[in-house]
Amino acid sequence: MTTITYTYYPGCSAEGVGRAFTESLYAVFEHLGTGLRELEDWNCCGATAWPSVDQSQAYALSARNLALAEERAPGADPADVVASCTGCYRALLKAQEALGASTPTSDRLRNALAAIGLDFQGRARVRHPVDILLNEIGLDRIREAVVRPLQGVRVASYYGCQLVRPFATFDDPRNPTSMDRLVAAVGAEPVDWPLKARCCGGSCYCGGPVIGAMPEATMQLSYALLREASKRGADVVVTICPLCEFNLEGFQGRMARRFGHPLDMPTGFLTQLMGIAMGIDETRLGLHRLLRWRLPEAAESGPATAGGRPRREPAAVGASTHPEGGGDA
Amino acid sequence: MPVDAVLTTRDPEVDRPPGRPAPRSGNRTKRTKWRPVKDQSKFEAQLDPGFAAEIAAEVEGGERLHQCIQCGTCSSVCPLSAYMDLTPRRLIAMTRAGARDDVVHSMTPWVCASCYACTVECPKQIPITEIMHALRRISLREITYPKRFTTPVMTKAFVDMIQDRGRSTESWISMKLYLRTNPALLVKNAAIAGRLFRQGRLGVRRARINGRDELRALLKAVSA
Amino acid sequence: MPEGGLNPKAVSTDGGPRIGVYVCHCGLNIAGKVDVKAVVEFAASLPHVTVARDYKFMCSDPGQELIQQDLRDGLVNRVVVASCSPLMHEATFRRATAAGGESPSHVQMASIREHVSWVTADGDDATEKAKALVAGAVRRVALHEVLEPRQSPVRPDVMVVGGGIAGIHAALTLADAGKHVYLVERETTIGGHMAKFDKTFPTLDCAACILTPKMSAVRTHPNITLWTYSDVVSVEGYAGDFRVRVRHRPRYVREDLCTGCLACIDACVHKQGKFEDEWNEGLSKRKPIYIPFPQATPPVVVVDREACIWFKTGKCPRTCVDACERDAFDFEQTETFDEVEVGAIILATGYRTFDASRMPEYGYGLYPNVYTSLEVERLLNAAGPTNGEIVLRDGSRPRTVGIIHCVGSRDAKHNLWCSKVCCMYSLKLAHMVKERIGAEVYNFYIDMRTPGKGYEEFYDKVLREGVHMVRGRVAGVTDEAASPEEEGHLVIRAEDTLIGSVRRIPVDMVILAVGIEPQPDAQEVRRLFNVSCGSEGFFTERHPKLAPVSTFTDGIFLAGACQGPKDIPDSVAQAGAAAAEALAMIDRGHVTLESSTAFIDDAACSGCKTCVGLCPFGAIAFDEDRKKAAVNEVVCKGCGICVGACPSGAAQQHLFTDAQILSEIEGVLEYV
Repeated sequence: MTTITYTYYPGCSAEGVGRAFTESLYAVFEHLGTGLRELEDWNCCGATAWPSVDQSQAYALSARNLALAEERAPGADPADVVASCTGCYRALLKAQEALGASTPTSDRLRNALAAIGLDFQGRARVRHPVDILLNEIGLDRIREAVVRPLQGVRVASYYGCQLVRPFATFDDPRNPTSMDRLVAAVGAEPVDWPLKARCCGGSCYCGGPVIGAMPEATMQLSYALLREASKRGADVVVTICPLCEFNLEGFQGRMARRFGHPLDMPTGFLTQLMGIAMGIDETRLGLHRLLRWRLPEAAESGPATAGGRPRREPAAVGASTHPEGGGDA
Repeated sequence: MPVDAVLTTRDPEVDRPPGRPAPRSGNRTKRTKWRPVKDQSKFEAQLDPGFAAEIAAEVEGGERLHQCIQCGTCSSVCPLSAYMDLTPRRLIAMTRAGARDDVVHSMTPWVCASCYACTVECPKQIPITEIMHALRRISLREITYPKRFTTPVMTKAFVDMIQDRGRSTESWISMKLYLRTNPALLVKNAAIAGRLFRQGRLGVRRARINGRDELRALLKAVSA
Repeated sequence: MPEGGLNPKAVSTDGGPRIGVYVCHCGLNIAGKVDVKAVVEFAASLPHVTVARDYKFMCSDPGQELIQQDLRDGLVNRVVVASCSPLMHEATFRRATAAGGESPSHVQMASIREHVSWVTADGDDATEKAKALVAGAVRRVALHEVLEPRQSPVRPDVMVVGGGIAGIHAALTLADAGKHVYLVERETTIGGHMAKFDKTFPTLDCAACILTPKMSAVRTHPNITLWTYSDVVSVEGYAGDFRVRVRHRPRYVREDLCTGCLACIDACVHKQGKFEDEWNEGLSKRKPIYIPFPQATPPVVVVDREACIWFKTGKCPRTCVDACERDAFDFEQTETFDEVEVGAIILATGYRTFDASRMPEYGYGLYPNVYTSLEVERLLNAAGPTNGEIVLRDGSRPRTVGIIHCVGSRDAKHNLWCSKVCCMYSLKLAHMVKERIGAEVYNFYIDMRTPGKGYEEFYDKVLREGVHMVRGRVAGVTDEAASPEEEGHLVIRAEDTLIGSVRRIPVDMVILAVGIEPQPDAQEVRRLFNVSCGSEGFFTERHPKLAPVSTFTDGIFLAGACQGPKDIPDSVAQAGAAAAEALAMIDRGHVTLESSTAFIDDAACSGCKTCVGLCPFGAIAFDEDRKKAAVNEVVCKGCGICVGACPSGAAQQHLFTDAQILSEIEGVLEYV
């Protein structure tokens, strides 16, 4: 199997709340024979903050990353940039689009790049890990890599906003299914739920109810998601956005108090779930960084009972049972 | 938090909070206080006829805002419209009418989560999210953004940090924000910070890139 | 300009061309941009131009009279009209020239409206461009030869394609006027969409009560040949003389013997219906042998080959055959063909409704209680799957019903156009639901469009009945319950734009008012009949106001929704107009053919026969003795294909000879 290495753009949250995502992403990609090489000296994508100040500068931030990626990609590998944080993914895609158009903006960006000795030819395409897993590595290879099928685990995939909006490059913006297909490939049971791409209220406020502008709004939106996932029988919610994950995971205690309903929904990253199915060491998947991660017993004991599966008391998996489980603020 | 209190309305998306009765009609026992209604009339002289064109020129595809049929799809797909002082639809209508003053003072662009649901669903393909960003730019430029509202403060803190270091560090951003808006939160959320730290999810080392001069040169060049 | 630029042979016998140039103001359409006086002055300076005039409306009677008077006075013998495009008025000025005593082929038009004033920003530029075009036209008309107008007889029979209400009405009108009509319908019965409806707006007439008498009249009319389960496979010829080939698909039951007693359906080995009943929009099951509905016309059963056990396995007791007293079964039936010659064709091929599953946000196909409007029409219909009962798929009665307007319409992601009928039929459905089961009904609309006689009054009636109107486009339908009241319901989310708040309304049943789209095979049909259509696929009328039922192909007319969204009254009116246009052509007895036919320059012809095979009208024969091609000018339609294809330049066309085209170009370039 030839090994392909992609340029990886971790984004600022990889050092912080999204650390487990990056760790598990590296582990799973390596397990699937695909390399990730961190883009040297990458800069912040500008998120949605920079467009709120200056649109051209926001494009320029991402343009530098794209140009660096193209310049430093060895000839044998694709110049594609894999961005895991969906905010970064959207920002980079937007810059890629702006650079590709024949508009005054594009000329301005190219001239600015030239001023610091960079050039962008359009070879580096912005990709999301879900896209790579699904369309480059492929479901077959993923199925082959599974050593411990997560049979009977009901998984609600949460796509967040910017994975499929506004650029629906590999999935449907209204009813995305790419994560569900990956979930099914590792033997788990995808839960179909209508809120899978509805805003969690957290990403835009970088930190949800902690420092967000409107704690109430964020709590209500996140609560609606978690409640719906649990109503549809999900054992776990997985996502691919560092901020969504933090937002959904971290404030369940507060939400329970605020809305008067008990709430204890395990949340984590899609790649962590996949890594468990592939038998990857739990520390490498960053499971110890999660607050309330656990999978139901059936995941370990094999096939689920046929027919209507009775709700079981979920059992803890891995070293993730944190002493402070549920004790947020 | 006074701002939050102003913004919080009943969100149709979720359960009514416990203890709050269902809205019902009927005889009230207590007389409600009379409140003067804001003068809603608009004289043509108060309106800026070029405002819509100004916004349209700011955004790729922005000219489509002239084609808005006021169907309200944007407002109803918006997860946050319940918290906005003007729904996205009204904001577009007022932009088109030239109600510049109301629009640039509106909280709506700052409440927007950039989830792009409106942009995807708009039957006239109006780039509504990008228009929100354009309105934020004007409101920052003209200092019309809502006071003590964290989003504009954070936006500026974030941009400053990246201009300076090339990357952001969540912990430092949060710290700055607390200090500038509500230092009491620093105490309230200390437990969360501690937990994140123990989980290794609170980066405290302030990241910075090598090509800082290069990045500043780029930003300068693109604005030239 | 040098004399040598003229072909001496083409010059009139009386000495030389005397050209009159007539510049039209077209009100301000041209004069608002082009300096008409300057163009006249310029034209007067051109060689051979003896008269140059301008007039406010050249196409008006006094305008035409100017031209005719100059012709009668002998001042001119060739006419250049600088005005609109030839498509608009060439026929007018050819007639005027003929009335003035000159050959109608001695006219050339310079299009200074469509090609100049409407599309040029600067007035001076426009005037210069107009002068150049006039210079070209003057050079060209000097070379125009005298051509005799040609006529061709018109066959009296007409073909109507499509047996919906429009096709039915057109066919009956023509047949009543004594013309023989071939009515071709693709389905097993005529009636179209209208036959599926229960009531019709705004009068609430029972659709069947007003449609079935017409269907039965079609069947019994001595002047109508009804071909159902049939389609057109080829069309040849031209206005007045079309040859149409029609394919008849096998029903495995002889139409001439079956009386529609339906004994075979009862006798079928399938005791229950098992296959999706298309007529009921899949809301019920039918057997492999079936009739769509009791008044189907013709009342002949049809065997579904895909479902029938005999066809699938060859092993079936064929109880149906035994049950047939008339011995009408013929399992050996194959496709058959008919070829007919008709003078005119009316296309009434109808529409399809928008496929609601293309908007997943509305949950069609996901939630069982989301219906399309057409499905609800079937539910309401006494002959439908529930005998007219409005019940959900689980048999229960909805207590609240939401009707979503504009599904697939007014949407850049789907169809940009307003489907025109949905507001009215949604109001009708609201009324029917309210009347039949007393449910609370919510209509969600973007704009309420009720233009039409009695339509606004109908809206008023529905408002009085207490139907809730929410002005806002629905963003989505979900089963996600956000409050206890929503539990177990479908929730419709829309901004009530008139109060400025987002509302969530729990309902038991959602009705999607699906819009009108061109038929999926509109492009093939368009090519088959050589008519044009817009990018969306609706057939294009010759003129949106003044020739609404004609097409750019003479002798082919349009009726009904194949031309654009239309309700029943409009479709019927248009069908009547199409029938009248066809009658006018037939009763005139002849059509005037384009006189600019092709001809072969013997000296240049190499005998390669390229043109012979290409001619769509079979007008080119090959003389084996002389090894030359020859055009039969009586048959030639002047399409120009042979002229373009001829490798040696031997195929030429009158009024489009190389000399004429080149001298026009020279005229333009010389001025520029």
